[in-house]
Amino acid sequence: MSLIELPKPDESVIARRAEIARDLAALTSPAAVISDEDGRRAFETDALTAYRRLPLAVVLPSSTEEVSRVLKYCHTHGIKVVARGAGTSLCGGALPAEDAVVVGVSKMSRVLDVDYEARWVRVEAGITNLAISGAVGSAGFFYAPDPSSQLACTLAGNLAMNSGGAHCLKYGVTTNNVLGVRMVLMTGEVVDIGGPHLDSEGYDLLALVVGSEGQFGIVTEATVRILRQAEGARPMLLGFESAAKAAICVARIIASGIIPVAIEFMDKPAIEVCEAFAKAGYPLDAEALLIIEVEGSEEEISDRLAYIATIAADLSPTSMTVAESPEQAARIWKGRKSAFGAIGRLADYYCMDGTIPLGSLAHVLQEISAICDRHGLKVANIFHAGDGNLHPLIMYDANTPGETEKAEAAGADILRLCVAVGGCLTGEHGVGIEKRDLMREQFNDEDLAVQVRLKSVFDPGWLLNPAKVFPLDARQAVDRPEPQGSRSVAA
Amino acid sequence: MTEILRPATEWELKSIMGALIHREISVEVMGAGSKRSLGRPISAGSAITTSSLRGISLYEPTELVMSARAGTTVSQIEVELASRNQMLPFEPLDIAPMLGGQPGAQTIGGVFATNLSGARRISAGAARDHLIGARGVNGRAEIFKSGGRVMKNVTGYDVARGLAGSWGTLAVLTEVTFKVLPLPDDTATLVYFGLPDDIASELMCAATASPFEVSGTAHLSAALAARLRFEMPGAGAEAITAIRLENFAKSTAYRMDKLEAELKAYGAPARLDLERSLKLWGELKRLAVFPYGPSHIWRISTSPRAAPKLVASIRRHMPVETYYDWSGGLVWIETPASADGGAADIRRAIASHGGHATLIRAEEAVRSTVDVFQPLNPAIERLSKGIKEAFDPLGLLNPGRMYVGM
Repeated sequence: MSLIELPKPDESVIARRAEIARDLAALTSPAAVISDEDGRRAFETDALTAYRRLPLAVVLPSSTEEVSRVLKYCHTHGIKVVARGAGTSLCGGALPAEDAVVVGVSKMSRVLDVDYEARWVRVEAGITNLAISGAVGSAGFFYAPDPSSQLACTLAGNLAMNSGGAHCLKYGVTTNNVLGVRMVLMTGEVVDIGGPHLDSEGYDLLALVVGSEGQFGIVTEATVRILRQAEGARPMLLGFESAAKAAICVARIIASGIIPVAIEFMDKPAIEVCEAFAKAGYPLDAEALLIIEVEGSEEEISDRLAYIATIAADLSPTSMTVAESPEQAARIWKGRKSAFGAIGRLADYYCMDGTIPLGSLAHVLQEISAICDRHGLKVANIFHAGDGNLHPLIMYDANTPGETEKAEAAGADILRLCVAVGGCLTGEHGVGIEKRDLMREQFNDEDLAVQVRLKSVFDPGWLLNPAKVFPLDARQAVDRPEPQGSRSVAA
Repeated sequence: MTEILRPATEWELKSIMGALIHREISVEVMGAGSKRSLGRPISAGSAITTSSLRGISLYEPTELVMSARAGTTVSQIEVELASRNQMLPFEPLDIAPMLGGQPGAQTIGGVFATNLSGARRISAGAARDHLIGARGVNGRAEIFKSGGRVMKNVTGYDVARGLAGSWGTLAVLTEVTFKVLPLPDDTATLVYFGLPDDIASELMCAATASPFEVSGTAHLSAALAARLRFEMPGAGAEAITAIRLENFAKSTAYRMDKLEAELKAYGAPARLDLERSLKLWGELKRLAVFPYGPSHIWRISTSPRAAPKLVASIRRHMPVETYYDWSGGLVWIETPASADGGAADIRRAIASHGGHATLIRAEEAVRSTVDVFQPLNPAIERLSKGIKEAFDPLGLLNPGRMYVGM
């Protein structure tokens, strides 16, 4: 049923499953290795559930040393490895392969060190995103990136995908909030990159590692920046009769010099579903809704929201509501953060993640509707308007033959559109298997070659998270003769 | 003196690079050349400047994004941004005057290639944090791009950001795309006097960890404070510690009061208004406290609370003047000229307190004998050499600028 090609597994590796599982147990502990079919079944997919592959075996190490031993073993025996956090990837980034060992870091979730003065915390990478803020919250601090899956997703996965969230308009994405990592290379070698200081010596390896989708190494520890919580924060809701007006409103707010901490957008189908779920007071008569949050003291918040209201007033909003209590604010955010789940109760959905320049928002939303109409599918739009990161949710019925393919085809058309208007294929979910074959829409062969060579630097055998990120033939395309005078860099 | 090649287009640069590869001629890469005397001395067979690759190619104030060709001067970019009430959030340092050059000459490509961020780094992030897209030509004469013009983009590896701080050793940048921010409506500064380093560090950390969005902290030793060119109210011959707030005027007023109350244990500060604040932070951005001269200047990046101890252990070996930035996470150190620039003692102090040090100013003879950049551990060095080879297999671009053989 699937459109995305996955390589044929190596049967000779699969035949050695029992022996490999035994060896892995000896390198870690028997309790850390899962090799029976029922146990492996729990790891067969991630949040891109249309694709499933039973892994060769699953290891859940408890320490960097165990990860190192496992990778060294797999490297020696030429066994592929798929790293896994909580398995919440929406792009198939954690999809296993039948001939690959899944190395899950979820047991490694301790907070190792906190420095409030210097504002960083060092944690094991299997900690969930929300648990980082949980660990420092009582002291008045938080970890800024907040993907919708933050209750479940791990920092390891956030680092792999360079995850964003609703508040990155002000606070940036994962890469802007990480200072250092401890990473195990495929050879088993442990490297420390960066540290508790604000810049790195030599090349910015951290920039390359964050967002490398588990293809450079397995991160077991990280030092991340924590920020002091603002004195307060409050959202307001602005309803508009059209997406175009909402987009103009966003542009005018930003041009006025105010950077709200978040600006979220929902279209009518999304508003209806989320309101039914969260009872947050979303305006049901609006075609487009903005949730805008600002931070500061009580007075600062009132001032800022009043100023935003005057900007919005020129565009004749259909409704304008400021959260009047912390409970109402919480409901407003609950509606937004549970949007995917709420839509998931109505239909199967395929969540896209392209980013576009804000100027083309109205045009792109129109085109998205047209694309989905053409494929006979419905779509709801919920996204981070401040940074143009779209999340069209294409609704379909996985049990109707042909609908999954239709949804994937519509999704690919939407992503081509995003690239065509100057945006990109993925703003925060990653490429994984899902967008792998669309990479040539955005990059030419030379652009891809630069990336392919970096992969080879960190993992020369291409054993880590195979068949992801790049079109399957991308590596071969790069393995061509070096330029003339093949003298290499002096050692 | 080698003739400096000035490609005016990306394609011209590509063809020059192709010719250099064909003849295996190494090349010194520069923008305006304002940081040419920083790094290990290069002996290259040719030189390229991006200064003819000029112009702002995209500016969307409502999307907070700008693209510019690499040779565009930062001053042109700042003027253009200011006309729309916006700015470069990371406050790029202009270190040219300190190195004996003219202020205002540096290019935007040079800023990202060196990733030298100013005081606002603690709140807004570094240059590399704002770089969202880049085009360039690598040592294989390939024109490549990475990232794009949208803020959130995880399509493929983050090559653009990876080029930040690579000092022209991986590729010649031709165009960069970066995030910008609104200029603050108001700037205000609290200045404390006569605090010893460890107390000042504590104060700066406390201020930065407050909810009031402190956007700059600086602690100048008495001698450096005396070099400031504008008149500081209440200043005597003592160290100063400055805390900056940037916001809407009503907010800075409110936050100054709150912050001063929260920090009252550190004494009664002077307050600088908008005009005086801009003067102070402007001087710091140009590193005016280090006028051009024979003394050596080091830049040390460490954990804020380790910095005073680190400085104290260096001070046991030589007289030093210090400018703490980034709430102590960055220390600029001036040492008297000496044969090794104090490298042995400074590197030893780094080894015991953590962090890394770069020799920013020293004569060529010193820079060719000591490690200018922090020596890398073997694993990082191997990966770094791999990256160098991936971009520049013949080792032609800025050979040895950062490290021997890279």
